[in-house]
Amino acid sequence: MRVMVMVQSTPAWEAEGQIPTTEMLEAMGKYNEELVKAGIMLDGDGLKNSDEGARVVFGEGETRVVDGPFTESKELLAGYWIWEVKSFEEAVEWAKRCPHDPSEPSQLELRPLHEAADFGDEYTPELRQQDDQLRETIQQQHGS
Amino acid sequence: MPGETHRTIDAIWRIESARVVAGLVRVVNDVGYAEDLAQDALVLALEKWPRDGIPDNPGAWLTKVARNLAVDRVRRDQNLTRKYAVLAPDLEDDRRAATPDPDAIVEDPVGDDVLRLVFVACHPVLARDAQVALTLRMLGGLSTDEIARAFLAPSATVGQRISRAKRTLTAAQVPFEIPSAQDLPARLAAVLEVVYLIFNEGYSASSGDRVIRDDLCREAMRLGRVLTALLPREPEPYGLVALMEIQASRFSARTDRHGAPVLLDDQDRGRWDRTLIRHGLGAIDRSVALKRPLGPYTLQAAIAACHARAATPGDTDWKRIVALYDALAELNPSPVITLNRAVAVSRAYGPGEALEALEPLRRDPRMAAYHLLPSVRADLLVRLGRDAEAAAEFESAATLAGNAHDRRALLELAASAQHRAAG
Repeated sequence: MRVMVMVQSTPAWEAEGQIPTTEMLEAMGKYNEELVKAGIMLDGDGLKNSDEGARVVFGEGETRVVDGPFTESKELLAGYWIWEVKSFEEAVEWAKRCPHDPSEPSQLELRPLHEAADFGDEYTPELRQQDDQLRETIQQQHGS
Repeated sequence: MPGETHRTIDAIWRIESARVVAGLVRVVNDVGYAEDLAQDALVLALEKWPRDGIPDNPGAWLTKVARNLAVDRVRRDQNLTRKYAVLAPDLEDDRRAATPDPDAIVEDPVGDDVLRLVFVACHPVLARDAQVALTLRMLGGLSTDEIARAFLAPSATVGQRISRAKRTLTAAQVPFEIPSAQDLPARLAAVLEVVYLIFNEGYSASSGDRVIRDDLCREAMRLGRVLTALLPREPEPYGLVALMEIQASRFSARTDRHGAPVLLDDQDRGRWDRTLIRHGLGAIDRSVALKRPLGPYTLQAAIAACHARAATPGDTDWKRIVALYDALAELNPSPVITLNRAVAVSRAYGPGEALEALEPLRRDPRMAAYHLLPSVRADLLVRLGRDAEAAAEFESAATLAGNAHDRRALLELAASAQHRAAG
């Protein structure tokens, strides 16, 4: 099964636009290497702080663009991974091994990804074909 | 809840077992014994953790407990030596020199020890079924029962296979090391074969619990990825990973609602898993980027990729597939490759050329009992309008067919070709 692991940002990171220390980057690098060597990591990356982001907000007939930072939000993302694991428990065990600063509370959120089988008949052959074609085009764009 | 704790322990074991075993080998200098100690530590964890809770660092706990067990046994051994020493003083010195230092465990967080374990599990002194069982056990962290379920074998048989394999490794004093540069290609080829065998066991199974069989495929894919990460300069692990990912991408399309197999041309390509295909294509690129002659797995993956890239069967680049089969035949000449190549030739260049490509196989004794040769020839003859010859070929295919369903279908084809020939 595939699981998305979302790294939540901390207030300190957001407020100061903090760049992680070399020590933290090294710890993360080593952790990522372990994930890769365990054969479970499919994808993953870090996100810049919300002051470089924006939100597009729909409602009441208008569409607004709100620029970051979003310091009032409690749950901002700082990065993500996609893992392929045997069980959700396995993903939780890997997540518990993630390096973290013990002096500051932080958290990871884990969510299993939908698989085509979950959608059942609602996911019609036409919709599937459309998705298929889109992904085909994406592949061509990336030259693989 | 105990059930939940057990699932967590399973997950921890899957993550930690290879490293726990590899670390112990450095103390006890014997892979089989190290594996026994690790299993004993797991048994203790299964007793203690549901009651006392899971320790903060479960991997370290397992290693420490297993190491303590080892130290106890070494001490017991030393006591025995001391008793012997009274009778034979010379013996003691020999024994002491051979006793390892229990604190000599070298922490290896990212894998060379695991790589050594791969080469031990797939060592040529072991029979293929033992290599498979040990790989799943020591690298996949699967229990004897899980391996037995996956291979539809009795648990006792698998257990015996594993303990015999461990004894063989000990008796042969197989070193815990990565093969030298000159031995690496041959040893790596054997490792890749074991992983692909595990994959195929899951992929081509027609019976057994589907979920378990799928798990076997996923485990093989994970092992393949582990190899690419451990040996990033070797092209063929990427080729094997690519081949497995692209084949696995067709999982949900290869059977219909009733579980009957669906041929590649008839599969709903919308059901192919695009993420796996993308990963597979990426792995082929990485293999090719190493600029070494393409090996058999990368070539097979490239053939599979031709199908994966085609939005419809009609878009398939058959000429490229023929060229890839040519390269594959040069590396590993085999009648099956010639046959598959001929099928690609028929799609790329027409039935006449394909028929010619099949000529050498008609004299090959290895193909004499293989129903696919006459059945492929018959299809080509039908397309060439040579119905009388086609009917004869369908009939000989029917006599060779392994099951009644195929036989009936082939006889029907023979009858209609006969009918056309007469009319």
